[in-house]
Amino acid sequence: MITFLEILNRKYADWSDKINILHCRMLKKVGKLKNMDVAFVEGAVSSKEEERQLREIRDNAKKLVAIGSCAAEGSPANQRNFFDSKTMDEISFLLKRFRLNEKVYPLKNFVAVDDVVPGCPMAEEKFIQILEEYLR
Amino acid sequence: MHKNFDITLKDLSKIEGRASLDIKVRGGMLLDVKLKISESKRFYTQAVRGKFFSNIPLLVSRICGTCSIAHLTCCTEAVEKAIGIRPSEQTILLRKLAMYGTTLRDHAMHLYFFCLPDIFSKDSVLDFEGREKEFLHEALHVKAAGNALATLVAGRAVHPTHAVVGGFTSFPKRDDVVKVVKQLKEVRPYVFDLIDIFFRNDWEFKRDTDFVALATKDFSFLEGEIRSTEGLHVPEKEYYNHLQRVVIPYSQASAYEFEGKEYMVGALARINLGRQNLHKSVRKEAGRYLLPFPSNNIFHNNLAQAIEMLHCIDHSIELLEATDFKEERPVVAKPKRGIGVGVIEAPRGTLYYMMNLDGVGKIVEGNIVIPTAQNQINMQNDIWDLVEQNLDKTKEEIQQRVERLIRAYDPCMSCATHFLKVNWI
Repeated sequence: MITFLEILNRKYADWSDKINILHCRMLKKVGKLKNMDVAFVEGAVSSKEEERQLREIRDNAKKLVAIGSCAAEGSPANQRNFFDSKTMDEISFLLKRFRLNEKVYPLKNFVAVDDVVPGCPMAEEKFIQILEEYLR
Repeated sequence: MHKNFDITLKDLSKIEGRASLDIKVRGGMLLDVKLKISESKRFYTQAVRGKFFSNIPLLVSRICGTCSIAHLTCCTEAVEKAIGIRPSEQTILLRKLAMYGTTLRDHAMHLYFFCLPDIFSKDSVLDFEGREKEFLHEALHVKAAGNALATLVAGRAVHPTHAVVGGFTSFPKRDDVVKVVKQLKEVRPYVFDLIDIFFRNDWEFKRDTDFVALATKDFSFLEGEIRSTEGLHVPEKEYYNHLQRVVIPYSQASAYEFEGKEYMVGALARINLGRQNLHKSVRKEAGRYLLPFPSNNIFHNNLAQAIEMLHCIDHSIELLEATDFKEERPVVAKPKRGIGVGVIEAPRGTLYYMMNLDGVGKIVEGNIVIPTAQNQINMQNDIWDLVEQNLDKTKEEIQQRVERLIRAYDPCMSCATHFLKVNWI
């Protein structure tokens, strides 16, 4: 998200007439997840609620792009998948309290992903390339 | 008036990370306020265990994109203190510059993108029109200048590549320094415009609290002692002894008390406690904007942030123009058993890292205290009072005022939830 906002420093002038941002919580009130041409999704899925939101996004977007390493491959948000059993015991009450899944997985484990921008932070030029291809 | 209503704000907009708020009013009485930090936990405290010390700063950098340089710098300081590394003067200077770059960019994002829409009564910076639209363009330039400064020093503005335990692996080139100085000078007038807006904004919410910040001689966010408005002076390594962790069962972030009481960290605390140490040009040219301080008006946190942006620019220009950067190798040391503490001022306030290393360089235990976690109780108590004072207003008005108040704090929910300390008895 931060990298996207920083890309706007140089691309906003080009894009402002071509893109209508329907939903971006850091920039505006929570919008409707309806009729999206492209949905850019960051982060990995760590709860049933996040899975539900992801499926809602997928159902309402023609294209879905995974942004950054967590969304694309699950890492580093999935670091607890590799904890030993003692450490898992230590955190299990919190997983339960906040209804978090036992494992954290990338977007592709739940929905079809059309494009991927890898990296942490995401690779800026790849993001620009994908977005500008969609604009054509 | 015997009103019954609930306000449920799910996924508050224009803040860092995710938070929700529940307010319950029955018979005209406020019964409950719950600020729920709902970003999912990522268990970094557990994840650092057993990893080699040199890899840790880059791992914790991932706690948060926007203030990754702060996490990296603070963790590096803790590791260096644990193994007895004293970084060079030039390293300290480069770290100051990296923090200035990150703070300039971060405050700019918060003030222009999150706060200005409230002031102009717009939902989003994207809806700005006329003169307002110029602020959007100014925002993009100011953020770019902060990024350029961080990139010049640390290689990248988010998750930097040149900063390592013991020093840096690459150094600013003269030509690039000249370019960045020029960029900083170009955006300086924009920052004055921003300061003026927050100075003129008359929103007020006052409640007495204790302000806590790392006081540094040159207002550089790195080295000093922790001070509070109640007059306490605490060395960095003792800071945690004065904190008390409080579990808020519905929030995915821990909360803290200082000396057994709520307190506030961040730009307002820093300016309240250390404005006499701001760069001389800030004190001279922005002196009238400093007159409201010390202040317990939470909305002055945003004025304090804007003033800090000017300080970041002016001190950076002075340091960059006066320094001839030399190639030098990072200081190295053999791993040894030890505990190190780093405390710095991240953009949103005092950040604490403790790293406990074994004899071969692996982390036995880590502890991290995040600014937003420290402000959580103060923020919730402020919301409570604000709602009580406005029970005669409409639900929509109350909601709007509460959102403004939360944004004035500049909370970072992403940071707040990535830490967990479990105390086993």
